[in-house]
Parts: sequence; C-alpha cells; structure tokens
Amino acid sequence: MKQLLILSGKGGTGKTTVASALIKLSKARAYADCDVDAPNLHLITEQISSPKRRDYYGMDKAKINTELCIQCDRCRQHCRFDAITLDEYYKVDEFACEGCGVCELVCPTKAVSLYPAVAGDLMLYQSDDKAFSTAQLKMGSGTSGMLVTEVKKQMKSAVESAPLAIIDGSPGIGCPVIASLSGVDMVLIVAEPSVSGISDMERIIKTADKFGIEVVVCTNKFDTNIAKSRQIMQYCNENEIPFAGEIPFDDDAVQAINGGMTIVDVECKSGLAVKKVYQNVMVHLFKDGGYGN
Amino acid sequence: MKIAVLSGKGGTGKTLISVNLAEAAGSSTYIDCDVEEPNGHLFLKPEDVKTEEVAVLIPHVDNDICDGCRKCVDFCRFNALAHINDKLIIFDDICHSCGGCVIVCPKGALVEQEKVVGKIEIGNSNQVEVRSGILNTGEPSGVPIINRLQDGDISATNDMIFVDCPPGSACVVMDSIKDADYCVLVAEPTVFGVHNLNMVYELVELFEKPFGVVLNKSINGENPAEQFCIDRNIKILGKIPFDTELGEISSNAKIAVRESKKYRDLFSSLLDTLKREVAYETTSNS
Amino acid sequence: MNIAIPVDDKNIKSDVCISFGRAPYFMIYDTDKEESIYVKNTAADSAGGAGIKAAQMIVDNKVDCLLTPRCGENAANVIKTADIKIYKTSNSSVLDNINAFIGGELPLLDEIHAGFHNHGGK
Repeated sequence: MKQLLILSGKGGTGKTTVASALIKLSKARAYADCDVDAPNLHLITEQISSPKRRDYYGMDKAKINTELCIQCDRCRQHCRFDAITLDEYYKVDEFACEGCGVCELVCPTKAVSLYPAVAGDLMLYQSDDKAFSTAQLKMGSGTSGMLVTEVKKQMKSAVESAPLAIIDGSPGIGCPVIASLSGVDMVLIVAEPSVSGISDMERIIKTADKFGIEVVVCTNKFDTNIAKSRQIMQYCNENEIPFAGEIPFDDDAVQAINGGMTIVDVECKSGLAVKKVYQNVMVHLFKDGGYGN
Repeated sequence: MKIAVLSGKGGTGKTLISVNLAEAAGSSTYIDCDVEEPNGHLFLKPEDVKTEEVAVLIPHVDNDICDGCRKCVDFCRFNALAHINDKLIIFDDICHSCGGCVIVCPKGALVEQEKVVGKIEIGNSNQVEVRSGILNTGEPSGVPIINRLQDGDISATNDMIFVDCPPGSACVVMDSIKDADYCVLVAEPTVFGVHNLNMVYELVELFEKPFGVVLNKSINGENPAEQFCIDRNIKILGKIPFDTELGEISSNAKIAVRESKKYRDLFSSLLDTLKREVAYETTSNS
Repeated sequence: MNIAIPVDDKNIKSDVCISFGRAPYFMIYDTDKEESIYVKNTAADSAGGAGIKAAQMIVDNKVDCLLTPRCGENAANVIKTADIKIYKTSNSSVLDNINAFIGGELPLLDEIHAGFHNHGGK
C-alpha cells in the first residue's frame, strides 16, 4: 500500500479540499483524516456506511479519593503541570493532568490513583472494499500523536490490499503531524502564496526532511498573489523539490464544499487544475510501478 | 484586558485580526501563541528584539552512583528511560519533565538539567509590544513556550493584550486561553469553518469564558457561520467582508490598518465594539 | 544464537510486522536448537516511547541479533548499546528472512529513522 499524506504547515491552505479531490480522482479505497483535533474530511466524502465507533484511551489520568485524602498538599507541590488545586477539597484538573503518576507516588495515604481516561472517539466507515478512518480528539486532550497512529492503523487493517491510501493531515509541525508522517511514502504540501504560508511551508518541509520522506509541493489559490506563487516555484526549484502544479482561487469551490461535494464533482476551474496536480503526484508516487485500481 | 483570538479551523484569519486589532488599539501587546507556525512577527516586523531561550528539565544520571535497580525505568509512564549493560539511557524527546524518576531513585543518582526546546522574542513595532514564541523543529510540544510567553514576571505594560492562538482546540489552545478575560472566535463562512467553530464554542463554554464571534471573509447570501451564531444566541461582534484587496495586503504580510483609512476605520470600529462587549461582560460577571 | 523478529501473529507462517515498537509479538528464534518462542510486546499499547520499551524487552530476553524492517533512533540506541546487531528484513515472510539471515544474505540496517513521537501527554 502506498501512502500519500497531505500537509501544509499553515492552516486553511486547502488540504481537505485537495485531499477529497484526490480521493475522488484516484478512487482510493483507503483514506483517513489525521487532523484529529479538527477533522473535516467526513463532511465532503460520500457516506460509505454508518461508522463503527470506539473509545480511544489516551494517558491515564489522576483522581483523588476525598475520603482518604488528609490534605497534606504533597501532590499539589510536586505536580509540574499545575493540575492539582485546592478548593474545598483537593481536585485534579483532568485537562491539565499529563498522567505522569508523581502525585500517586508521593501521596502518603493512597488517596490518589491513576485511571484509564477516554481521550477521543475513533470511527471507521467500511464497506466491502473501501475504508475511511477518522477520529475526534476530546477537547483539550493530549496524545493526539497516538490517536493519529490509531487512525492509520485502523485504516490499514480494514483494507490491507488497497494499493493507495490518501491521508488528510493536520496543520502545524508538532506531535500529530510527526505521528502522521510515520510509514508514509510521500507528502504533498498544499502551499499558500503568502508570507505566512511560505514561512510555514518551509518549516513543514524541514520537518518532513528530518524523517527522510519525499516531498512534492502544489500551490493553492495561486492567483491571490502571483509574485508569491512564483516565489514558491522558485523555492522548489532551488531545493530540487518536485512541483505538482497550481490551483486558482475559485468561488465555485467554496460553493461545492459547502454543498458537501468535492471540487471534481462540479465543473469549475479549481477542479480542472487539481486534476493536473493529481496526475503529477501519481507520476512521482508510482514511479517504480503503475497504479491501477 | 486580555483577549484571546481563536478559531478551531486554521486559516480563518486569527493573525490578520489580532495583528490589526493590536495596531488599532495603539499601545497594546500582541502575543503569538502559535509557536509551531508563528506568523504575527512577519506582519509586525518588531525591532529591538530580545531573545530568551525556553528550556525544559531533563534528568541526567551519574552512572557511578546508579546501581541498576531500574525503579526509574519501571516508574516512567512515558518510557523515557532504558537500562542496558549497566548504563541508564534517558530519552530527552520523550521525557515529560515530571520529575518522578528523580523522586523514585533510592540512590539520588538522577539530577535534572535544562534542555532548550525553543525561544521567545520580545520586541516593538510602533506602539505594539510584540511577543512571539517559536518551537524548534522536531520538538513535539509547544506547551512550555506558551506558558513562558504568558508568565507573570514578564507581565505586559499595556492595558490591551491580544493573544493569537494556535488552530484547533487541543492542549496548546487551552494553555493559550486559560488567562484570557474574553475570547474572540473567528469564523469563516464554510461548512468546515462552522464545524470547527463548534469545537471552540464548546471549549470557551467549558472554560466559562465570555466570548463573541467575528465573521471573517463574509459574503452576501447564506453564511453557515452566521446562522450557527443566530441559532445559539451568540454575540456577533462584527463582519469583515471578503475582500481581495485585504487578502492581498495580508498575503504580503502588511498590516491593513497601517495601509489605508478604510481598514483603520474597519478595525477601529471592531475594536470599539469589542471593548464595549468586554467591559459589559466583565462587569456583569463580577 | 538467539534472533528476535517483530511479528503480526504467534506462528511461523506469520508476516514480519512493519513496525518494531508496536509489533504485537516478538518471535525469538534459537538458530542452534531451531526452536522459536513468542513474547507479547507490552510496549505496543504504550502512549509513547514504544520503541524504547520494546528495545528494553529485546535486550532483557538476551537476544544476539534483531531482524526488523525499520527501527527508530531511540530504540536503535538501546539495542546498539547492548551490542545487539540489527539486520534489515527484506520481505514479509518470517521464514524467508530467517533463512536469509542464516545464509548471511541479510544486510545490516543502516537507515535509522528519527523518533516518531507517538507519545502521550502534550
């Protein structure tokens, strides 16, 4: 299975818009939304089936048994994450708690214990030969990296024989992005022609580089700033990064997305442009062998 | 008055709005908590920048004292320690700096030392004090930097503080809004935008923060984000119309308020509405 | 000598697992006695540092060589410190890889990738 991951560095450049179009064009049987913090792909992909849901457990969290607590304050003093407060009783803030276990260690009366805590929801939409894996991280939770790993694992085991998997990634360069890079064959970066967009693009390319994963770049909304679009192409040229094409800003795209459709489901200029990007990306991804679904 | 600007979805205009509001406010402080991909400094181009490294505490072992009991290895819930061939290995990038291994070691063989994970920069742009944080690439968590940016000892000298938050609603966002007096939620008129607006809406409700919404890239006709607010009786602070000129100015990292009267008026008016709302909310809650 | 291989299932027909740190089991094969045992990988469910914990397990099982398709730098650090050699598996079959190893055909694993930080907390 070849895995294509779509990243951007900056938020709002059009990852999901592009990912959904590529999924449609390639008829990919395996796809996933690894933006577990703010998943959106399910809003414009066809419903395959009703999802199988399961709880996702992150780190254990601490809980204080008020009856055993003698209010010695040791737990609060040792907590590095400001997760223990004293109101009427000593209480653990489940959002701040990192599950390190130090409070449990220092408590003289065994009043503090760590329990498994639900940190999100995993969902798998599956039919005979297709699978769409996604998840929603519970607000304020950490362990987004591990949840991303679960999303990918779930996708892979559901359709092991699928030749191509397309993964919609998340913005940023931290845990969830790093976790999504694991085992991926190529990253398509959707760049935005702006100072911020280029700055963020460079940081995400650096991150992908650190993991030795091949990168391809395309520019979205290129005509909102032609000079900056040229800058992106130049950057790719200078750094020997394959450039997959440019997609124009398109009001029809917004309409399509709002209507729950991808940009290749309707006649529009961004749809035409993304088809060319798709062809270029496939050439690079399958340069060792053909792709046929 | 600390105002956090957040959105759930990326690219809705948090930085555009926080930078322009800070500028419109005259003397104010702008704090960029999107430490993974900071952008505010690209617009504000601060001068007289002072840099401070941000470090976390990582344990170091004295292998002469360590007797290989492995209590630390067994304790660590993050698996940041391994004991091989009479040597204790510590994995910096996995360590969460909880200090537990140091406590648990019966021989006192572990001592904590600092490791740099990023930096904060403080400078000035016109009358705006600019504070940015940046996470070193490859480091997984920006939380220590966000916390340092908001530390009490480098408290702002200005009345109005704008906190530009990261996208999403995870731990980095929570840390960015925890001390805010008021939250501005930036929404865009798309189904993705509304879906993610809902997430931060739940977040600010959970944290019991007073909040209002700014509808950015606003177009005529149906606006799912506007409908979302109307349905829930959420205060709409203002609308910034979809405007290619504004888009182009911002894509060149220019501050619209500094470019023309049209935008100065737009953001000043938004700022006035915001100030009134904040005053109302904070007095009615005290 | 003892060699360890990350596997998907507890039998000789199993495939080599593509992940080292989160493989469900490790097969430990004794090349002299031609016997194998399977060890459950307790690191598989870890929020983070799975590679490190799995590597510690391999070391504690007194293995001489590890056969794996890939390995992160933290886990590799642990394994190399214990003077265990790491070889790169070539395809999915466990049996093929064991035979290739015995025949001296498996290369050493050169490309150690950076840690993927699938870790818990923030």
